[in-house]
Amino acid sequence: MKDGRFLTLGIETSCDETAASVVADGRFVMSNVISSQIDIHTAYGGVVPEIASRKHLERINDVIGKALEDAEVSPKEIDLIGVTYGPGLVGALLIGVAAAKAMAYACDIPLVGVNHMHGHIAANYLEHNELEPPFMALIVSGGHTEIVNVPDYNKCEKLGGTRDDAAGEAFDKVARVIGLGYPGGPKIDKAAKEGDPDSIAFKRVYLEQGSLDFSFSGLKTQALNYLNQERQAGREINVNNVAASFQEAVVEVIADKAVMAAERYGQKRIVMAGGVASNSRLRALMEEKAGSRGIDVLKPSPVLCTDNGAMIASAAYYAYRSGVKPDLELDAVPGLEF
Amino acid sequence: MKTIDQFRRKLNTEEDTRALGLEIAEALEPGDVVALIGDLGTGKTALTKYIAEGLGVTGEINSPTFTIVKEYRSGRLPLYHFDVYRLGSGEELLDIGAEEMLDGDGVCVIEWADIVADVLPDDAVAIQLEYGENEGERIAEFL
Repeated sequence: MKDGRFLTLGIETSCDETAASVVADGRFVMSNVISSQIDIHTAYGGVVPEIASRKHLERINDVIGKALEDAEVSPKEIDLIGVTYGPGLVGALLIGVAAAKAMAYACDIPLVGVNHMHGHIAANYLEHNELEPPFMALIVSGGHTEIVNVPDYNKCEKLGGTRDDAAGEAFDKVARVIGLGYPGGPKIDKAAKEGDPDSIAFKRVYLEQGSLDFSFSGLKTQALNYLNQERQAGREINVNNVAASFQEAVVEVIADKAVMAAERYGQKRIVMAGGVASNSRLRALMEEKAGSRGIDVLKPSPVLCTDNGAMIASAAYYAYRSGVKPDLELDAVPGLEF
Repeated sequence: MKTIDQFRRKLNTEEDTRALGLEIAEALEPGDVVALIGDLGTGKTALTKYIAEGLGVTGEINSPTFTIVKEYRSGRLPLYHFDVYRLGSGEELLDIGAEEMLDGDGVCVIEWADIVADVLPDDAVAIQLEYGENEGERIAEFL
């Protein structure tokens, strides 16, 4: 405790990022340290993931140390530690879990494990201090495209997900083949602003009537077929038009299904989460489609959309408050479900 | 792996891909590595889905590009589904602790296996997937 506020340290190492953060009362970010180095990725002209366990190991103590320092708190003022224990890469997860356990044991602080996906949803509690469940959540990132009903702080019901590629992955792959490079999401977003979304008729994939699942693999193939066909015909490819048309086909389906889910469950709010939630066209379309049906759309700022420790701290705080028992025997679960 | 005939076959429909996946699954034994090689959109993930189905894996098999590997334990054998698209070399695959899985009790199916070919076992089964002449058509070749 510090100045009467309950302090949670959140630790996240499930994939590319080594991250730690101190959050007060589950809502207020006091520090948020993310060791991502997007400039290194760009320098290599491709994706160089920092998923290696030893990379997390090299950084974890510094990242936690800096999170405490930035928040101007000492370890003994921390009331709770939350750490991502899945889903993710086992070697990467283990580093965060081991560091969290060591600190919890040494400083006698309760420790709770957090589902990474619950963390993405909790990012919205940090952004919107008045937000409380129930609501519908849309998680869109490089690894996930999921619609989740959130009836209470510690309850998440997955209603639909991708059957093949995640939305962010489709963006990355198509960006690569049209020569936009990495990171694909922001690059396509930018190029699309200069293009015509109706110039190429990519088919929207809605799957079975009423389904809340997604499939983006076929759309990726449609884009590849279009490029091959144009090249073979000797026509010049308008990259901006491809980006705009492709993006529109992805985000339209996402927005339609998120709104359909909210209506089906009678939710008046949709909260967005994950890296692709930063996509400007998805944000605009969500507001348009949801707005016309009287549904509010909430979005976290870009820094809280990516993997970070603050969202893990917030999710840990609410898990602890709703009675989840602290566990020093916590283990990583790479295939953790909702 | 039980003997599987060398093949070069046209996959015209999803059903053809499924038949091949089920056939491969039937021949798989613990410790086998299936190396899938082919461009974006040639059907590597689709083939993996059907290999998983053949192994009796339940639940959704989706792309592991972001986390590099996903593990499924609901089938006849544990299945480690890799997608090494984001990696740069075989060494990076070992860095994430893949050695245990490659040499383990289950089956590894690796998409974009050419990227990590230097660290795959000699007896890995390599299957190349290519676009065919007609739209929707794919060629699968046992290398």
